[in-house]
Amino acid sequence: MILLLQYTLIFASVLLLVALGGCFSEHGGVINIGLEGIMVMGALGGALTMKYLPADMPAAVVILIVILACAVVGMLFSLLLGVAAIRFNADQTLVGTALNLLGPAAAVVLVRAINMAEDANNVSSTVAYGTAKKAFTTNIGSFELNWFMLVALLVLIASYIVLYKTRFGLRLCACGEHPQAADSVGINVYKMRYAGVLISGALGGLGGLVYITAGVSEWKFETGVAGFGFLALAVMIFGQWKPINIALAALLFGLFRALSNVYTGFDALVALNLPSTVYNMLPYIISLIVLVFVSGKSKAPKAEGIPYDKGQR
Amino acid sequence: MQTDRKRESLLRNSGVQTIIGSLLCIAIGLLIGYVVLLIINPAGAGGAIAAILKNYFYYPSHVAVMKYLGTTLVKASALLVCSLSVLFAWKVGLFNIGVAGQYVIGAGASLYCALGLGLPWYVCLIAAMVCAALVGGISGALKAYFNVNEVISCIMLNWIGLYSVNMLLNTVKEQTTPYTKTLESANSSALLPNIGLDKVFSNNEFVTVGIVFAVLAAIIVWVLLDRTKFGFELKATGLNKHAAKYCGMREKRNIILAMMISGALAGLGAAVFFLCGIEQWMVQMTSIPAMGFNGIAAAFLGGSHPIGAIFSSYFIQHITSGGSYVDKTMYVAQISDLISAFIIYLCGFVFFFKGWLGRLLDKRDEKRAAAQEKGGKAQ
Amino acid sequence: MEQYAIEMLHITKKFPGIIANDDITLQLKKGEIHALLGENGAGKSTLMSVLFGLYQPEEGEIRKDGQTVTIHDPNDANALGIGMVHQHFKLVECFSVLDNIILGAETTKGGFLQKAEARKKVMALSEQYGLSVDPDAIIEDITVGMQQRTEILKMLYRDNEILIFDEPTAVLTPQEIQELMTIMKNLAAEGKSILFITHKLAEIMQVADRCTVLRKGKYIGTVDIKDSTPESLSAMMVGRDVNFVVEKAPVELGDVVLDVQHMTVASKHHKNNAVNDVSFQVRRGEIVCIAGIDGNGQTELVYGLSGLEPLKGGKIVMNGTDITHLPIRKRLTSGMSHIPEDRHKHGLVLDYTLEDNIVLQRYFEPEFTSSLGFLKRKNIRSYAERLIEQYDVRSGQGPITKARSMSGGNQQKAIIAREIDKNPELLIAVQPTRGLDVGAIEYIHKQLVAQRDAGKGVLLVSLELDEVMNVSDRILVLYEGEIVGEFDPKQVSVEELGLYMAGSKRKEAQDRAN
Repeated sequence: MILLLQYTLIFASVLLLVALGGCFSEHGGVINIGLEGIMVMGALGGALTMKYLPADMPAAVVILIVILACAVVGMLFSLLLGVAAIRFNADQTLVGTALNLLGPAAAVVLVRAINMAEDANNVSSTVAYGTAKKAFTTNIGSFELNWFMLVALLVLIASYIVLYKTRFGLRLCACGEHPQAADSVGINVYKMRYAGVLISGALGGLGGLVYITAGVSEWKFETGVAGFGFLALAVMIFGQWKPINIALAALLFGLFRALSNVYTGFDALVALNLPSTVYNMLPYIISLIVLVFVSGKSKAPKAEGIPYDKGQR
Repeated sequence: MQTDRKRESLLRNSGVQTIIGSLLCIAIGLLIGYVVLLIINPAGAGGAIAAILKNYFYYPSHVAVMKYLGTTLVKASALLVCSLSVLFAWKVGLFNIGVAGQYVIGAGASLYCALGLGLPWYVCLIAAMVCAALVGGISGALKAYFNVNEVISCIMLNWIGLYSVNMLLNTVKEQTTPYTKTLESANSSALLPNIGLDKVFSNNEFVTVGIVFAVLAAIIVWVLLDRTKFGFELKATGLNKHAAKYCGMREKRNIILAMMISGALAGLGAAVFFLCGIEQWMVQMTSIPAMGFNGIAAAFLGGSHPIGAIFSSYFIQHITSGGSYVDKTMYVAQISDLISAFIIYLCGFVFFFKGWLGRLLDKRDEKRAAAQEKGGKAQ
Repeated sequence: MEQYAIEMLHITKKFPGIIANDDITLQLKKGEIHALLGENGAGKSTLMSVLFGLYQPEEGEIRKDGQTVTIHDPNDANALGIGMVHQHFKLVECFSVLDNIILGAETTKGGFLQKAEARKKVMALSEQYGLSVDPDAIIEDITVGMQQRTEILKMLYRDNEILIFDEPTAVLTPQEIQELMTIMKNLAAEGKSILFITHKLAEIMQVADRCTVLRKGKYIGTVDIKDSTPESLSAMMVGRDVNFVVEKAPVELGDVVLDVQHMTVASKHHKNNAVNDVSFQVRRGEIVCIAGIDGNGQTELVYGLSGLEPLKGGKIVMNGTDITHLPIRKRLTSGMSHIPEDRHKHGLVLDYTLEDNIVLQRYFEPEFTSSLGFLKRKNIRSYAERLIEQYDVRSGQGPITKARSMSGGNQQKAIIAREIDKNPELLIAVQPTRGLDVGAIEYIHKQLVAQRDAGKGVLLVSLELDEVMNVSDRILVLYEGEIVGEFDPKQVSVEELGLYMAGSKRKEAQDRAN
C-alpha cells in the first residue's frame, strides 16, 4: 500500500511538473506538443550531470545542481520550438513533433558517443548515475520520500501564484487569449510567448529527470520517456489549464500508472489474472476516456496554436 | 529580360518554391548532421556523411548494389504508404500522428492473420487495412463528435495499439525468442508474391508486389485528392470546415472518413513491410516503430504532395539505411534518425521561406517598375 | 497661434501596389471633438496605425503640442497620452473588467499585482465621467455597452489626453449611442481631445466640432461642422452625389415561400434561447428585413433556417414542404440560397481558387461531376468565366485567382453571383454589404431588388438602419430572440424602430395579427 502511494506520488510529480510546463506554454499561446522530447533532453542533461558529479557532495547541493542542469537543457531545447513557432510562424504541431523525434535521437547519439569514447566496446545508450541519485531520497519509515515530490509541490504553489497573482501571469494569459489586445496595451507578445515556452522547457526538463530517476539507477535512452509527455498534455487538458485541477488530475493519472508497477502486491488485482500489459495500457485508456468527457467544453486559451503576426489585424 | 521574367514566374510557382524549400531542408539537415559528427569525432565525419549518402553504393559489386537497392526500395515503399497516410489526413486539416499506431495495428492484424489464422496474403493485407482504418476512425470520430484533439487521441491510441499488438502476437511467437514466427516457415501463402521483381534485384526475395502497391497508392491518392468530387470536398473541409458545412458537405463524416482512409494507408504500409518477410515482430517492443514517424518526415519533405512523397520517402529511407554504413567504431547509426528529425523540424520553416521568397520577388518587381517609370520619363 | 493637441502633417504611407495615405494632414485641437470621415478603404485605419507606430510613414511628421515626435510602437503613443477604443474591442474575454483595465499598466509591488489600489482609481474615474461598470464582472458576460465603457476606462486609467474612437456606434442601440454622445461631450468638456472615426453623418452633425474627410487615400479637406450639412459632407466623402434611396417598383405579393412557425434555437453562450418562439412568413416578391442590434438572435435565426444549427422547437416550411429536419444540402438544392454573414468563415474557402468557390454550391451536379465522381474541370472553368463576366467579379488572374487575394467587395460579388445564379426561390442575405464601399453597396442592393422583382422571396438581415429603411418592404424587429414588432418602412421612423430594437417597446402578438 505504501509502495502504491510512493509510486503514485512520484509519477504524479512527474506529470504535474510537465503538465504545468505545458500550461505555461499554452497560456502564452504556444501549443507545446514537444514536451516528450523536452523531457528526454532534460533527463539527459540531469543524468550526465549526475554521472560526472563528485560522489562526496552534500545532498542539497547535488539536488540544486541537477535541477539547474536539466532545467537549462530543457530550456535550450524548447527554444527550438520557440524560435520556429514565434519568430517563423511555423506550424506548432509539426515542430513539436519534430522535437519529439529529435530529443530521443539526439540523446542516443550523444550518450553512445560518450560511452564509446570511454570504452570502444560499449555501444549501449545507457547512463548510470547510481551514487548521485541517493541524494534524492530519504526514508520516513518504510516510505521513501523523494525530494522531487516536494519540489513538485513547490512548483505547483509557485505556478498558482505566478499565474493568478502577478503581473507576469496576467500578461502571459492575455497573450494566449487575445494577443492583439495584449499588443494594443504595449505588451510584447513575442517576449511573453518566449517566456511561456522557456518555462515549459525548464519544467519539462525537470519532469524528465524525475521520471528517469523514479525507480531505477540507470537509464537506457533508447526507451525515451514512454509517452509521459503526452500523458502530461492529457493531464493538462483534464485539469482545464488550471494549476490546482492539474494537480488533482496528475494524482489520478499517477495512481493508474503506479498500478502497473505494484499491482502484484494486491491480491484482489492479482486474482483478476490480467496480463501485465493491461496495466501498462491503463493510463492511456483512461486518458482517452477522460478526454472524451472534457474536450467538449474546453477552456483552452483561445489563441493557442495561432502564430501571432503583428502586421495582421 | 525575357528569360529573367520566365525564371521569376517559375520562382513564384508554389510547387517550385516547395521543391526549393525541401532541397534546402535536406541540405541544412545534412549540414547539421555533419557538424554533429564533427563534434563527436572530427577524423571520420566526412567519411560518415558520405557513407550515409552512399548507402548501398558502399558495395563494389553490381550484384550487391542491386540487392541492397532492392532492400532500400522495400523499406521505402512501406515508408511511402505511411507518408501518404500522413499527407492525406493533413489535406483534410488533420495531423495524423497516429500513423505510427495504425501501422502497428496493421502489423499486428496482418501477422496474426498470417501466423495465427493461416490466411493467404491478400486476406492479411485487407485485414491490416481494415483494422488500421478502424483505429484511425476512432480518432476521427472523437474529433468530430467530442472535439478531442486528434493529436492527443492518436498518441494515446499509439500506445494502446502497441501493447495490444504485443499481447496478440505473443500467441504466435517463436518459443525460444521474443520474435514472431517467420512467414516462410509458418505460412508461406501469406508472403506477398514476387511477380518476378526479385530477379531484377539480384534475387532479393523481399522485393515483391508491395512496391507496386505503394506506387499505385501514391497515384490513387493523387487522383483522388486532385481530380474527384470526393477530394474537392475533403480539401474544402480541411481548409475551412465552416464553409464546408455551410454549403452542405457533411464535415463530420468527411473527418472520420479521412482518418479512416489515412489509417487504412498506414495499415497497408505495415502489410507491405511485414508480409514480404523482411522482419519479424518483436513482442517485447517498448517503443513505437519509427516507420510511422518517419512517414511524417517524408510527407512534409515531399511538400505534402503524393508524387513528392515518392521521392522524399526514398530519400529518407536512403539515409536511414545509409546510417548503418557509418564507421561503427566512431559513430552510431542513429545519426540518420537525427538528420531526419532535423529535416522535419526544418520543414516547419518552409512556409515562412515561401512567404519570404514571395516578398523578395515583390520587392524586385517594385524596383524594376520604379526603374521603368524613370526610364519612361527620361524618354 | 492655435494650440493643437496632436498634428499629423503630410503623412504618406505606401504599400505594394497602393498608396494608402497620400499627403494627409490631420490637426486635432485641445478639447475638441474632431470627426474623421471616410468610406471603407479611404485610409482611416492606415492613418491611425501610423499614429500608433504600427506603420512608419514614408513622408510626413507627427507633432504633439507643437513638438515633433517619433512613434515606433503603441507604447510610444501611450506615453504621449494617446489612447484608442478599437472598433473590435481589444478585451480579453475571460478576464474581469478590472483586469482588462489594468492590463499593461499594472501597479505592482515586487511583481505582485496591487488590485485594491487599481480598483479605487477605476471606481473614482467611473464616477467622475459617469461610466458605470462592475469591475469584477467577466467580459464575456457583460453587454456591449459596458464593454465599451471598459475600453474608455482603459484610456482614462492611463491618463490619456487624446482619445480616439474607431467606429464606436456600430454595435450600439440608438439609445446607447445617445449615452455615448453624452459621454464624449463630457470628456471633451473635461479637456480631453477626441478623434471620432465614423461614416455616419448624423452622429458627426450631432457631436463633432470639426471634420476631416478622406477619400481613396487622399486628403479632401477639413470643415467646421457648423458650416456643413450632411449632404455636403457626403459629397466630400464619396466624390459625387449619392442616391440614398433605392429605386423599387411597388410590391407584387405572391405565394408564401417561407413559413416559420414557433421556431426556437438554443444559445451557445447562455442558458436562454437565442431564438425564442419566432413565427413569420416571407412571400414571393417582397424583401422582408430582420432588423435589430447585433447579438439579438439574428445569427442563430439564420443558422436555424439554413440548417447550420438544429432547432430546439418549431417548424420551417419552404414552398409548402416541411424542411425542419432536412440536411443543409437538401435545403440548398430545393430552392434556398444563403449569403452568409461572415464571408471568410462560411462564404468562401479562401485558399481555393475563385472558380472552385463559384461552384461550391453546385460542384456535385452532373454538369460538374461525372458519374464516376471525377470533376469536369472544363465545365467548371467555363461556368466560372460566365459568372465572372456577368457579375463583374474582378480579380488578378480570373478563375484561378486564390479567393484570399481578392478584395472584400469582389469576394462578396463572387458569393452573390454563386447564390443568385442558383436561381433560388428564397434568398437569405445576412449583412450582405458589411464592410463594403458605397459603389459595392449600391450594386448589391440592386441585385436584391432584382431578385424580389423576379418574384423571389428575399429575407434580409441587417444591422444598418439606412439599409433596413431603404431596401425592405417589411421590417421585423428582433430583440433578445423574439420578434417585438412588425413595420412598414414607409410608416415608421428610425427613432421608433430604435425603441423596439432596444427592447423598450414591443407590440403584442394580437396587435400584430391585426
